Amino acid sequence: MSFQPVKFYQTGTFTVGNRLLEPEQRSVQADAARANALNSGHRACQGCGEALGARYAIDAAMAAADGQLVAANATGCLEVFSTPYPETSWQIPWIHSLFGNAAAVATGIAAAMKVKGRSDVRVIAQGGDGGTTDIGFGCLSGMFERNDDVLYICYDNEAYMNTGVQRSSATPPTARTATTMAVGSAPGNAFGQGKNVPAIAMAHNIPYVATATVAELRDLEDKVTRAMAMHGARYIHILVPCPLGWGAASHDTIRLARLAKETGLFPVFEAKHGEVTAVSKIRKQVPVEDYLKLQKRFAHLFGKEPRLDVIAHLQSNADRNIRKFGLLETA
Amino acid sequence: MLKQTEGSRAVAEAVALCRPEVICAYPISPQTHIVEALGEMVKVGALTPCEFINVESEFAAMSVAIGASAAGARSYTATASQGLLFMAEAVFNASGLGLPIVMTVANRAIGAPINIWNDHSDALSQRDCGWIQLFAETNQEALDLHIQAFRLGEELSLPIMVCMDGFILTHAYERVDIPTQAQVDAYLPRYEPRQVLDPLEPVSIGAMVGPEAFSEVRYLAHAKQMQALERMPEYAAEFKSVFGRDSGGLTHTYRADDAETIVVAMGSVLGTIKDVVDEMRDDGHKVGVFGITCFRPFPLAQVCAGLRGAKRVIVLEKSLAIGIGGILASNVRLALNNLGIDIYTVVAGLGGRAITKTSLHKLFRDAEQAKLEATTFLDLDWKAVNRQLDREKAKRRSGPIAENLLRDLGVVAAKIG
Repeated sequence: MSFQPVKFYQTGTFTVGNRLLEPEQRSVQADAARANALNSGHRACQGCGEALGARYAIDAAMAAADGQLVAANATGCLEVFSTPYPETSWQIPWIHSLFGNAAAVATGIAAAMKVKGRSDVRVIAQGGDGGTTDIGFGCLSGMFERNDDVLYICYDNEAYMNTGVQRSSATPPTARTATTMAVGSAPGNAFGQGKNVPAIAMAHNIPYVATATVAELRDLEDKVTRAMAMHGARYIHILVPCPLGWGAASHDTIRLARLAKETGLFPVFEAKHGEVTAVSKIRKQVPVEDYLKLQKRFAHLFGKEPRLDVIAHLQSNADRNIRKFGLLETA
Repeated sequence: MLKQTEGSRAVAEAVALCRPEVICAYPISPQTHIVEALGEMVKVGALTPCEFINVESEFAAMSVAIGASAAGARSYTATASQGLLFMAEAVFNASGLGLPIVMTVANRAIGAPINIWNDHSDALSQRDCGWIQLFAETNQEALDLHIQAFRLGEELSLPIMVCMDGFILTHAYERVDIPTQAQVDAYLPRYEPRQVLDPLEPVSIGAMVGPEAFSEVRYLAHAKQMQALERMPEYAAEFKSVFGRDSGGLTHTYRADDAETIVVAMGSVLGTIKDVVDEMRDDGHKVGVFGITCFRPFPLAQVCAGLRGAKRVIVLEKSLAIGIGGILASNVRLALNNLGIDIYTVVAGLGGRAITKTSLHKLFRDAEQAKLEATTFLDLDWKAVNRQLDREKAKRRSGPIAENLLRDLGVVAAKIG
């Protein structure tokens, strides 16, 4: 007689139905008393992964900080769509200073809270991949190196979407952007070393580094909650698909985030003090084509003469991640 | 308490007496001694509560100060030269957000060619950044202006640069009167921010503002600076009543009442100019001095009132707006528009070139005799300049300019005299 283990979550996800859980185990977002830190009425695009990620992350942080939270925001989509004067979607004290200084502004806020004896007030900095991995990188590294008491959240949609989809150092190889045109013998973004900011964050030996996607929002909430339980410099890097920039359907945001993980292209893991302590396993590895084909930014790989060589190169990148992090679930 | 001490140390002690809560430090000559002294005071517990943060760049220094100030902490940093340029984006941001950060600028030239010595190019490059800019003539004034800066900046919610000549003031040992904590506490109230990041009363700071309100926000920044023109003399008077000495204010005159020739300048060079004026007065020349302490906001009315009785005005400035001439002089001209006064621009002391009494005697006498050109570069080595110009005419690949000049002059190290 065969034994079938009962799993109380959807096939292919770890999304547990709240009905099946004890109240204290339910998601922050399911709680009627959630902060709604990023309130409705903002101007994000339909299907925006960043708005979703920010909502879950900041509400989880608010719950963990008992409502005593201040956020510094880099310039970018999140800043622009949430606060066009005179409106604001933020229900928390929030400051936007510049594109490249969110981490340093947060350091200043944390210092002010410390000096004023407000140890109950916690500080978050947040920005997109451009504001984090490129222009804000110096300030980010400085904040890490000093181990300032700041949780930095990067919402990575893999390009400068606010300015019209230009390449950032987080743009994947071969992706078409406004500055990596899908023309010539090597269309799209070049294959490079990539700037792996979670790995660079780990190299600073900070207390906590994690990656997450908007496909696994309980996992995201969990990681934010764990990060908030610690002090010092912490970093969470969230993959947030962008329908506009990726040339994908608005209803595919969650699906794309899940596929990014399940292809191995975006490893989801946790690290403490520079060492990986947990990975989100992939049950069944998905070929990269399944992820790429849903996005117009990769359409040039699937023309009349598909670029099998390039797809194979991307597949090898995914395979390497799977090997490196041990992502495949063993039977 | 009277004390023989270094200018930087005097400023550090004054800043400490103002009870700053967050200090950001990034090294650049010649301001380093100030933050080093403050860091030590924090570390030994003499300055508490205060967070001293070693940041990774001047851009971060100003950004940390922005965050700290927005969270309600009295914030201070210091910089100079390239450092001020590196933080420029955040400098504009701090004033745009209305955050009363106080920053010392130990004035130094801007490269290329790299040069660590004093002139006013750094601060004046930021003249339209929305910060109040005060220039100290002496170490005592530098010390005093910092105390007044916290008072004025916090009252108006505007950031203030206190500019002091690099090396000439920062590294000079002079006698200064260091006030007591009780005096400073009596003069400088607790910082009560107009806006603050506080979970008890959440606000969004730094929203995007479109054409519908941007002009109004900008005008309000201008209006606040205009208010500073009224407040500065009041605070200087109050300062005198608490500390017993004249310091600060918008402008100062020296032997200018009946002067036919008035020399306008900012910073430590005023001392040299006053010595020359004393000597020329002894010889019967009707010369006087007009010092500008407050460059931003620019006190147009006071400058006009102080200079309108003169036949000629010599603006001697340690800065150059390349392609037009003087920066301070342009501002002075605006104040003296249509008054028919002869105005001479003299660019002097760039990159630490000494401004000597000998040169000033000749300069002022030339002006009296109408022998001065409208724009003059004091003590410029025309031979060296022309040799380079000839070289460039003769040869396409004439090579790097600065290195050519140094080779021509046969100097391997900085010559400041």
